[in-house]
This record gives sequence, structure tokens and C-alpha cells, in this order.
Amino acid sequence: MNEEMNLMSVTSNPHIRDNWTTQKIMMHVIIALMPATLFGVWHFGAYTIAVILVTVISAIFFEFMYEKLLKLPITIGDCSAALTGLLLALNMPPRIPLWICVIGAFVAIVLVKQLFGGLGQNFMNPALGARCFLVISFASYMTNFAYDTYSGATPLAQLKAGELVNTFHMVVGNEMGTIGEVSVLAIVIGACYLILLGIIDLTIPGTYIVTFVIFWCIFGGKGIDPYYITGQLAGGGLMLGAFFMATDYVSSPITFKGRVIFGILLGILTGVFRVFASGAEGVSYAIIISNLFVPLIERWAPLKCFGYVKPEKGGDKK
Amino acid sequence: MSQNTPKFTFDGGIHPGNRNNKDISKDKPIKTVLPKGDLVYPVSQHIGAPAKPVVAVGDKVKTGQLIAEAGGFVSANIYATVSGTVKAIEKHRVPVGDMVLSIIVENDGLYEEVEYPPAKSLDEISKEEIIAAVKNAGIVGMGGAGFPTHVKLSPKDPSKIDYVIANCAECEPYLTSDYRRMMENPELLIGGIKCVLKLFDNAKGIIAIEDNKPDAIELLTKLTKDEPRVDVYALKTKYPQGSERHIIYACTGRAINSKMLPADAGCIVDNCDTLVAINEAVRNNIPLMYRIVTVTGDAIADPRNFKVRCGTNYRELIDEAGGFITEPECVISGGPMMGFSLFDLDVPVTKTSSALLCMKEDEAAHAVETPCINCGRCVEGCPEKLIPSQLATYAEHEDYDAFNNLFGKECIECGSCSYVCPAKRPLAQAIKSMKKLSIGRDRAIAAAEKAKAEAAEAEKKGGEAK
Repeated sequence: MNEEMNLMSVTSNPHIRDNWTTQKIMMHVIIALMPATLFGVWHFGAYTIAVILVTVISAIFFEFMYEKLLKLPITIGDCSAALTGLLLALNMPPRIPLWICVIGAFVAIVLVKQLFGGLGQNFMNPALGARCFLVISFASYMTNFAYDTYSGATPLAQLKAGELVNTFHMVVGNEMGTIGEVSVLAIVIGACYLILLGIIDLTIPGTYIVTFVIFWCIFGGKGIDPYYITGQLAGGGLMLGAFFMATDYVSSPITFKGRVIFGILLGILTGVFRVFASGAEGVSYAIIISNLFVPLIERWAPLKCFGYVKPEKGGDKK
Repeated sequence: MSQNTPKFTFDGGIHPGNRNNKDISKDKPIKTVLPKGDLVYPVSQHIGAPAKPVVAVGDKVKTGQLIAEAGGFVSANIYATVSGTVKAIEKHRVPVGDMVLSIIVENDGLYEEVEYPPAKSLDEISKEEIIAAVKNAGIVGMGGAGFPTHVKLSPKDPSKIDYVIANCAECEPYLTSDYRRMMENPELLIGGIKCVLKLFDNAKGIIAIEDNKPDAIELLTKLTKDEPRVDVYALKTKYPQGSERHIIYACTGRAINSKMLPADAGCIVDNCDTLVAINEAVRNNIPLMYRIVTVTGDAIADPRNFKVRCGTNYRELIDEAGGFITEPECVISGGPMMGFSLFDLDVPVTKTSSALLCMKEDEAAHAVETPCINCGRCVEGCPEKLIPSQLATYAEHEDYDAFNNLFGKECIECGSCSYVCPAKRPLAQAIKSMKKLSIGRDRAIAAAEKAKAEAAEAEKKGGEAK
């Protein structure tokens, strides 16, 4: 044996790893949100740039400060805070005062995410948690969708009130609403990008949308009418919620069965809120409530390993 | 177990894709290497009881002479692969890292071979003789597990075996030893399958190959054209297709769990190189002495496939392959997914060494762990349909009940979860060690219960006596 043994690196298998990292996934989601973001900026004007920048920067700032003050490792490099900030900004009305953006970022990052243990530990989607907090706290600001010379109700509220809407404009995005939710087209382009990269799959969005449509056809009072179904699907935050919020890894179930149950629950809750509640919108609440059910869903969804054999009935009794 | 539909694949698994790196050594013909230095034969190269040395220090041995005999039914004979003198019988390092009692033979370079009993044609050999020949030759599963083959070939009811599967999937990245075997000695492989088929009258033979080896599929299909009992199946390329449970599923649609044997699904599965060894043992009475080893990786000057005598030092193989271009950061015995990293190269080739992989960079050592984001990639990648992220968390907490409720012991340790994890968590490592702890704990509990029952029994008897 050698006099001085040249020991080599010893690690446990596997010795090769995939190229995907958390940071890379977050970056791609941010890129996928760009069509919706850019459309919002073009549609609602330059002020929305300030809204987006202030929300994103304050989200990163709060994450940095929290971790600095508590002497934790700084994790702003994983881009998850920037993504949360962007999602929150896209859920803001176009003329929201900037100080509300800062409060929203604080709630999302500090209250919903960091106090529960940071990345991977938040019990609900931080951006939606913050949005719901803002809607309750600053209702007048958060429900005022007026911009430039346009004012009045969102198409979804018009539908609820029995007025007619232009569904073509709703699909393209030429309508009123939050910065990121208006253009179904832009959202679907981003969603296709994520699906092609394998970052999200259609399990949750698919079961969500199908369940919602079925629920709407049964309880919506309009029967199976393509005009109303299109209006409901294209209006409000359903598409943004289904593809970008409900598919948030941390706050959704991990198994396929769990994801199906989660999607069905989302569809039913959204339907209940849109049909029976006083407001026209219900996606945010449906998602954060369903987020809270995730631990239960994971317990309910039975796991069967490969080659699972059902224990024989009465086999243990003697 | 009634399904009979081949699936040609399984659910889960991963696609290492451009990380497969089989091209490095795929077209390098097998080269025979003659050992120069001492040969080391660990008495434990298989699952089961260690073999017992039957030679003493100073004895002269010949190539093909028995030097250690099986230490039980689940054990295997070990043969000298060179002629020379037994230099020592002492503990020596083996590829998995342990120190194991080994017989060390000084090579005299003459390669004098013993006289093998005369060969018989397959028609004259009885079933019992086939199993005896396999047992005598010390054949074990050469794909990596090292389970004694004669035990596999002796199921409770041989008439219930429907399939004999030749595992030629070779799903591990980098490895090309089975591929070279198929391309260069296909007749030996087919011969081996015929030997095994002779044991099982109702069985059909299946040569299962991943479809990234189209030339091997074509060649074997052509050669088995006139064999009514042998079929060639092209399986979808996906890791870990070569896992015993998953190759059975791909070929028959039957799924087994960790408590079942392949025979419970009516299958006998043997690796490509193992079948070649069976062929040699049954038809020519030659014991298991050689195996094909792929020496590859980005730190090796001239990656190659070698026909090696068991017991040869790994260093000699590296020299034979042109040595290192640069100092490798890690050297792995086996493939990158399930191989063991070596901290010392002074270890011998054993019956289960399929490759020697030398990597410039050890990715596993440089991976920085971040929190789990619950993305579910490990769930999608798990061929056993488990939830690795949760199992790893329970493993860290040493929560046995939660671990077992989620079927932690079903893990086949393929490493797919660690490979795909974007947070770079050492999932497979955590689950693997917990699995060991849990199995140990089960044994301890069973032993304690047995002792308790015996104590109660003794007390009862004592009471009666009074």
C-alpha cells in the first residue's frame, strides 16, 4: 500500500445529476410570465411598470432583510422571491398606489413565506395570500380597476349582472382587470412554454377547468351555453390562477391522485364563489382555501407502491 | 398473476439522455487483459454466506482450480483464474469499501489450466446436472447484485415458470459490457438461455434489450429466427429498465414487490454475462473466471471494454486503458447511478464488477442542497411509485412508522430521485440508510419477540413441573 494514501472523493450514488435546479425552474416561470406582463404594460400604460418594479424589488428586499436580521443564509439568488413579487404585481389593479404594493410584498414574503420557514414551507401561495389580505384590508383600492379614461365594472362583474360582454376582447385581453390576468392568449402562451419544458403539467389546470365548467353548466343557471362558458373562463383570474398559481409546487399536492383531487376541489370552490357569492371573482380564495386542504388531500389519496398486493381480508385475524 | 401482456416499458424512471455516454466505449471491441500482479479473491463476492478457503498459504494453484467452496446453500464457489502460489489469506479492501477475507495468489505468468471434465452435448445433460454445473461453477448474478444463480434456478415449482428473461437492458449510463457481449458472442448468450430453458419445460425465453441498441436487437433477432422458444423484445430506453422487478413488468405486465421473488411471477431473470457463464459451465464445465468490464469516463485516456480475469487489480485495468488524462475526482466501481465510489484503487475485480468509471468531476460532491420545493419530480421518476421527498424527510427524522407506511422498504435504491431533484437533496442516500436501519430494527423486534415467547414457554413449563 502507498506510503501516503491519496484518498479520492467518496460520495453516495447516484454520481450524476440532472441539470435542473430550483433557481432554473423559478427563472423559467418568470420568463413564462413575460407575455402576460408585457401585455399588461402595453394595455394599461407605463404606470404598471412602476407597480411591477416596486412589488418585485420590495419582495426581494424583504426576503433579504428578514434573512439578514435573523442571520439566515440569504436565498434571494434562487429567484423565488422575485417570482412571488411578480405574481403579486400581476394580481394588482393597474392604478394601485405603490405603498400598497410594498405592504403586499411584506405580507407575501414575511408573513406567509418566511415566518413559516421560508422556501418550501409556506402553507399557501404567498402571492395569493397577500392579494387576499390586501383585498380585505384595502377593498376600495383593490377593486378599483379604472385606468386612463376607462372605468366601470370588469367583464366578469358585467356577466354576473346579466349584461352582455365581448368574449373576443376578453380572450385577447382588451378589457378591464388586474395587470396580468386580462389576456388569456398571453397566459396560455406562457403556460405552453412551461408545459413544453416539463415544469408544469395539465393535471391541476385540466381538472380545475373541467370541473369548473361542469359545475357552471349545472349550477350557473345558463345551461350549456358556449357564450357564457367562454366568458367565465376568459374573465377574471381563472386562467392565470389555473396555470400559474394553482400549479405552485409548494402549496399543491405531490402525487398525481392528490393533484386530481386538488383540481376538482379548486373547480368546485371557484364555481361556488362565482355562482353563489356576492362578488364576481373567486379564484384567489378558491386557491388559498384549497392550499390549506393539501395536507389532508395527501393523507386521503391512497398510495400504492409498485407490485402492491392488497392485504387479504381477515388475514391478520386469528 | 394472470397478465401476459408485454408492456415494453414501466411507469416512472428517468431519461439520462445526453448523459448516457455509451458512445465513449460502445464501439471498442472486447480486449483480453492478462493480469501482471497478484490476484485477490475475496471470499464474499455474492449475497449469502462467505465461501470457505480450501487452499493454504504456499499451495500451488492452477487456473480453474477451486480455492474456496460455498459456505452454504446460498453461497458460491470461487476459482483461481491464474496459476501460481497462494501468497496470503488475509483481509483485503473490496470495491464496496469493506475489508473482506481474501485469498491472494501470486501469478506465475504460466496460466497452466486444470483439466476440465469432458464436455457433453446439451441433449445428454439432465436438469439436475445443469443446476449442479451452475452451482459448481460458482455463478452469481453478474449484473451487480451477485445472488447465487443456482438458487435462482431452483424455484419451488419449476413447472410454473413461464418466462426465462435474459436481462440485456443495460440501462446504466456509460456501461457497454453487455452490449459488447451481445455483439461479439451472441451464440454464447443464446446457448446460455437454452441451458436455462431446458430446466423449465413450460417456459419461453425472452432476450430483453433497450431500443438504444438497435444493432444488438437486429443481430439477436436474426440468430433466434429458428428458435421457437426464444423471442427478442425491444424495450423502451429508460433507466432503471434493467431492474429485475421492472424488466419482469416490461416483458410480462406482472408486477412484484419486495416480498416476492421473480419466480412468484413465473419468471427467472438472468443478466447477459451470467447467461454466458452458464453456457460455459453447462456445456464445457468451465467455472466462472472471466467477466467483461467497461473502463470509461472522461478522465480515462483510452476507454475500452476488457475481458478480465476475476481478481485482477483495478489499477492494472486503468493502465491498460492508457491511464488517466487528468487526476480523476472520483472513481466508481459500476455505473454512475448505482456504482460505489472508491477511495482506494487497490481493489480487485470481483464477479459483480461491471465497470470502472473515472470522472474528472464528482457531481454528487459539488451539488449544493437547497430546500425541497415539493415539485414532484422524484415522484414522477420513482419506478416504485413512492414519494421519495417525504420518505427522505421521515428518514432524517428516523420515523420508522411513517417511513414504512409510505412503503419505504420497497425502494430499489436506483437513485432516480436524487438524479432528478432540482433541490439536489440526497434522497436516495437518506432512504437507503433508513431502509437498512428499518430492516435491522424489524429483525431486532422479531428476535426480541421470539426470545420473549421462549421465555414465556420456559416459565410455563417450569410452572407445570412444580
